[in-house]
Parts: sequence; structure tokens; C-alpha cells
Amino acid sequence: MNLTDKNSKDSIEAIASTIFLVLGIINIGFVLLICVYLIIAGLPAIVKIGPIDFLFGSKWASTAAEPLFGILPFILTSIYGTAGAIVLGLPLGFFTAVYLAKLAPRKVRFTIEPLIDLLAGIPSVVYGFIGMLVLVPSIRYVFDLPDGASLFAAIIVLAVMILPSIIKVSITALEAVPEEYELGSLALGANEIETYYRVVVPAAKSGIAAAVVLGVGRAIGEAMAVMMVAGNAANMPSLFESVRFLTTAVASEMSYSSGLQREALFSIALVLFVFIMLINAALNLLLKHGRVRRK
Amino acid sequence: METIFDVENFNLWYGENHALHNINMKIEKNAITALIGPSGCGKSTFIKTLNRMNDLIPSVRLEGSIRYRGQEIVNSDINVYNLRKEVGMVFQKPNPFPMSIYDNIAYGPRTHGIKNKSQLNEIVEKSLRDAAIFDELKDRLKDSALGLSGGQQQRLCIARALAVKPDVLLMDEPTSALDPISTSKIEELVLELKKDYSIVIVTHNMQQAVRISDYTAFFLLGDLVEFDKTDKIFNKPSDKRTEDYITGRFG
Amino acid sequence: MTDIVKSDAIPDKIPASRALHTNLLKGCMLVCVSLTIALVGFLILYILIRAIPNFSWEILTTKPSYLKGTIGVLPDILNTIYLVATAIVIVLPLGVGAAIYLTEYAKSPKLVKVIEYAVETLAGIPSIIYGLVGMLFFCQFLGLQTSLLAGSLTLVIMSIPVIIRTTQESLKTVPNGYREGAFGLGSARWHMIRTVVLPCCIDGIVTGCILAAGRMLGESAALLFTAGFAHALHGYIDGITSSGATLTVALYVYAKEQGEFEVAFVIAAILLILCFITNYLAQAFGRHMQKVK
Repeated sequence: MNLTDKNSKDSIEAIASTIFLVLGIINIGFVLLICVYLIIAGLPAIVKIGPIDFLFGSKWASTAAEPLFGILPFILTSIYGTAGAIVLGLPLGFFTAVYLAKLAPRKVRFTIEPLIDLLAGIPSVVYGFIGMLVLVPSIRYVFDLPDGASLFAAIIVLAVMILPSIIKVSITALEAVPEEYELGSLALGANEIETYYRVVVPAAKSGIAAAVVLGVGRAIGEAMAVMMVAGNAANMPSLFESVRFLTTAVASEMSYSSGLQREALFSIALVLFVFIMLINAALNLLLKHGRVRRK
Repeated sequence: METIFDVENFNLWYGENHALHNINMKIEKNAITALIGPSGCGKSTFIKTLNRMNDLIPSVRLEGSIRYRGQEIVNSDINVYNLRKEVGMVFQKPNPFPMSIYDNIAYGPRTHGIKNKSQLNEIVEKSLRDAAIFDELKDRLKDSALGLSGGQQQRLCIARALAVKPDVLLMDEPTSALDPISTSKIEELVLELKKDYSIVIVTHNMQQAVRISDYTAFFLLGDLVEFDKTDKIFNKPSDKRTEDYITGRFG
Repeated sequence: MTDIVKSDAIPDKIPASRALHTNLLKGCMLVCVSLTIALVGFLILYILIRAIPNFSWEILTTKPSYLKGTIGVLPDILNTIYLVATAIVIVLPLGVGAAIYLTEYAKSPKLVKVIEYAVETLAGIPSIIYGLVGMLFFCQFLGLQTSLLAGSLTLVIMSIPVIIRTTQESLKTVPNGYREGAFGLGSARWHMIRTVVLPCCIDGIVTGCILAAGRMLGESAALLFTAGFAHALHGYIDGITSSGATLTVALYVYAKEQGEFEVAFVIAAILLILCFITNYLAQAFGRHMQKVK
């Protein structure tokens, strides 16, 4: 047989390898597409309004006769809301994760884990809906407010929504800790609980930090659930007042916006995108250290 | 005797690492050539060059010349798929595909375009017979190949390699993962196959080289130290290093 | 022989503070686990209890009628099916192909890194931003208007990372021996992938599809401005090219803007059940995959 012979199969192979190359590279294209569109759509309004007035202006009155486009209330609301959700959700998720990863009997664990998956899979509108019908009236009643739709309600809903990802990523991190560490501690006479918290948890700390950052990303990007419970008034954030997040600022006015108002909404999305990119970079850094995969 | 592979001034690099230095040898047709040497000496690297399996490692770089039946296969524009069909390979760890025994054997012929059912049946039976495993497996051709024992799996892999009617069989430590009984079965089979095929076998086991091979090449740290008739290598090695190795002073 | 002298520094009895510390941690864990379980339990029970009285054959099989003043969710169910089916059919080759490139073809580690970083980035972008870009690109630039098709395409980009990741993971479980074996027999790369590697990965790819479908079922923010709010009853071709609310968007509109809580509970219960089913299927396939390994 002559080894230099080529046949029709070779061209199929060449076509296949080109197609796969394109399918790989296209993902870079998607990211660029999103970046370019957000910048093209979002930058003009920032320039027109002035970056300082836009980012640090404390008043948003997009439909007033003299419109004002300051998004500081949204930025602060997003930051406070996310921080609040972490403050509530992290301890809850962390202790649950340690229990499930280390203490729970197999049977208990295999019953609870699907429930947590379910929690992760419930659509955000369902959370918003239940929050709207149960949480908001309860807050109004308990704290004796005119309206329960508030930053506080949003924080609770967000805390519940980030709970499953905090639990799952923490469990993965805790399980990645080599068993030898545990045995070493136990052999020195520490009891199981002490071992888990003094040896295993510190060893898993970068993975748990990744869980937190992932939670931050989820919380800051959530729109629908928040829109249904936060009240959506463009106030400076305060725990029991109606507030508007970066995400809900975009969503709530988009359908009836026009002109500079519409452009400003895209600028808000651009600001949100920058936040998310920073969080992603932090996450990647932590994951590289923690060798835990994002779930 | 006829030469099947003619290796001249052959060099190979993995990135910066110069793994094979200036190899020269002529591999005979219808003979068994054993490649021996301590781990990391380059013998496995060398055997994988003979059917260009090294292409799969991105950083590999070749220099010099290897002619298979007179055709240059190093850095030349050959169809490597045809080369691999002519120069079959059996690996260290038995690697049957997760398919039925029949489909494993038929994989190669199908790959090269044979679709006719009766022709395939014929090839499967002949390959299994040639690999001396037909009687053991004839009633379970539809069973998964993964259910076979290690030794059976390796003979199945040999049968799979035979099914594409190669000229040469490269065997990379084919018995190192097997028990002694399976090993002796494979050795018998290899001696049997020598009539129709040229065989190059990498082995860690010097007794195995003595038992089955006609020629032996001794590799050390990327050099081909000595290449000669097996009798000569093991009885009167001309290089001191060969003598040290075969008498067990290192390795 | 000398006696072993016991160190004074280590007391024989466990001090009370240490026991308290241990018990405190134990208590914290039990409280948190109970709270988590209670939360899930409450959500499920509350939704089901409020939804069951409103479930009827009629609500599931009709469309809303202003004349009769009745509400039905059939159009929303169909819209969801159209949307998810279209998106899966498109995202499957894109995602599996990219995963094949990354694990089987790519030679430059740098390019692989860049692509993987891009995929990670896509996974982290919030859905409201997908919604905006989808509106700008698919609805306006490509002229698809507000339609289920534009919504589907937006979801395609959004769920590519899920498919790539699960496919890559299952490609990596295929032993290298299979690849070497096929190459050794003279198989070319795509032939090898098609005949040996992909058949081993079917379970993983199916798991990825189920996970992606689950995501799409629950998505709403990305669809508000791309797929729209209409409740008209259409066949597939008409449906995909016109505006339509999925179950999630319909739930939002009914609950937030129209105060129709009965139908909202029915939709919430449907979504909950779908979520349960997709989770179960994904788990079942995942487990099957591990067994094969």
C-alpha cells in the first residue's frame, strides 16, 4: 500500500476539526458580543450625564421634568442587600454544610441533599411570589410598617436563594480536605467536632470563600425575586424602606423607557456587568487556590 | 533477510528534552525484535515512533530518517492512518473498547471501510483464531469485552490488531499487566505470529526477550547501546553497559 | 526504670469550657440544618396546599379568555415547551462541540485557557444582562422582534456553559486507552471520537441537557424583554415566531401585575414539580454514569 495515498475520509476529518475549532472559539465571541453591546449601549449615557453625577448622584428621577440620573441608591442597595444576604445565608449554609459533609449519617445526608438541589432549582419568580405573599405581609405585621416590601424582605429572599450554592460548594471544599489531617487531630485527643472546626474547616477555607463569592455573584445578579419583594422605589437604602437594586432598576423601567432614560438603563447594566466581572475574577482566583469546581 | 524498518540517525525531543539520540538500526522482516532497557530509557518512545503514535503528544519533535519498506515516515507527508493500519499496535494495559467482543474485532475493518456482514464475520473469526482465542470466546461474541479476564482482554486486543491485516505488530510491554499463565499464552502466540508478521516488542522482562526474540536492542538513557542477535547480546555482549544490565547490576 | 511523669499542663478531665464549646457548635449545626429543612418543607407544602384546590383540567387545557373571565395556562405550557425544545436543539451541538474541541482537539493550552475563561464568564453573567443583550442583538439587530425564538437564542448562550462543563467532565472519564486503541488501528480523530468516545459519554451529555433544561424552565429575567408576555394559543411555527409568555413569566405577570393568585399558585406548583422531575432525572443519569465508571 502506498502510504502517501489520501482518501475522502481525510477531508471529512479536516472539516470536522475546523468545525470543532469554530465551536470552541465561538464562546469567546459570545463574551465579546456581550461586552461590546453593553459598552456601546451603556457608555453614551454615562458620558452625557457625567460619570461622577451618574455613579455618585444620590437622586434618580428619570421621568421628572428635570430628569436626574444618579444611581448611587441602586449601587448601595445592591451592596447592602448582597451583604445582608451573605450575613444571613452564610452561617446557615456553613453549619448545614459541615453537618452534611462530616456529621450526618449517610441516610440523612442522602435525604437532605435532594432537598437542597430542589431549593437550588426552584425558579426565582417562585421565590419572589412566596416572598410577596408570605414574607412581605409578615414583615409589615411584625414591624408594624405601612408596607412590608423592603430591603429587609429582599435580603431574606436572597439569603434563601444563595443558600443551596453556599451549601454545595462548601461541602465540596470540606470533602476535598485529606482524611490524614483529621486522623492527625483525632490522634492528639481532639474530639470530632473540634477536629472539624479547628482542622478541616481552616483547610477548606479558600473553598468556602469561593462559596461566599459565588453567593455574592448570585445575589447581586438576581432580578425577578427581588423585584417582587423590594418595593422598587428609588430610595437610598434603609432596612425597612422600599428600595431598588441595580438589576431591578434595569428591569422595572425598561418596558416604558425612551431616550436618555433608556440609555441610562443600559449604563446601569454596564455597571452591574463590571461588578460581576470583578466578582468572577475573585472567584477564579479562589478556585485556583481551593481546587474546588464551581457547581 | 529483508529489512522492514530502516532507522538512520534518528533523534527525538519532548520539548527541550532530547529523549532519543542518533538511533541507527535495521529491523528484520518476519522476526521478533525485542527492545530492552531500564525505565525511561526511550524504548517505549521509540516503538511509538514506528507507527507515529507519538504525533498525539503536542511537544514532540523528530529528526533523521525511518523508512518503512523504503518509504520515509519521519516528517513526511504520509497518511498516518494507513501507516497505523500496516503497523498495528498492542498496548501495555489491555484496552478493549466498551463494546461487544465482535464489535471490538470488527472496529478496525469497519474503520477502514468494510461494511459487508459476511466479510466481517469471516475477519472476526479468522482474527480470533489467529490470536488463539476463538474457542474460548466463540459462544460469547455478543458479550461485552470488558467482562473478560486481563489475559483474555490482551489476546482480544491482539486479535483486534490482526483484524486490519497489518504487516508489523508493535507490542509495548504486552504482558506486564498480566499473570504468569496469561503471559506464557501470549508468548506462545507471539512465536506463532512470527511466521506472518514482523514483531517489535518492548519488554521489561529479560527472560521474555531470551525466550521469544531473534534480535535484541538495548536502550540506555536515550541511546541505542547495542543491537544484535539475541544470543549474542545475552551471551557475549560487546558493550560493558549491556553486560552490567543483563547481569542485573542496575535497572 | 523511671516512672512516666504526667504533665500538669494537660488535665485529665475535659474542662467545662471545652465541652461547652463543642456542644455549642453541635447546637448551631442542628439548628441550621433544621432551619434549612423546615424552609424547604414549608415552601413545598405551602405551594402545593395553596395550588391543589385550584388545579382543574380546565385551567391546564385552556387559554385565558377575557370574555368568559377565565384563566388557563395551556398557552404558557406550550410556549415553555417550544422555547426549551428549540434552545436545547441549538445549544446541544454548540456545547458538545466546544467540549469536544477543548478535550479532544485543542493543542494550544493558551487557547484552551482563554476559551475556558470565556465559558466561566458566561456562567457568571446574570440573566437580566442576557435579557438586555438578547433584546439588543436578537430582537433588534437581527430583527427577530419580541419572540420565543429570540428568547430561545438568548437562553442558548446562557446555558452553553452547563452543557460544555458536563460534557467535558464525562469526556475526561473516558480512559485514554480507548483513544490509543482506536488510533493504533488507524482510526482518524473524528472517527475515533464518534465511534468510541462519544458512545461512552451519552449519559453525561443527557445529564447536561436535563440540567440545562431545568435552568431554562426556571428562567424569567432573560425572557421578559426577549420572549414577551402574550398568552395566545399557537402551533410550533407560529408560536416560535411570536411573542409568548413562558410559565415563569406568566407567573410573574399574574402575581405581580394582575393579582391573580390562584392561577399563580397553579403555575408555581407546576414549576415545582418540573423542577423535582429534572433534578431526579439528572441525578438518575449522573448515578448511572458513575456506576459505568
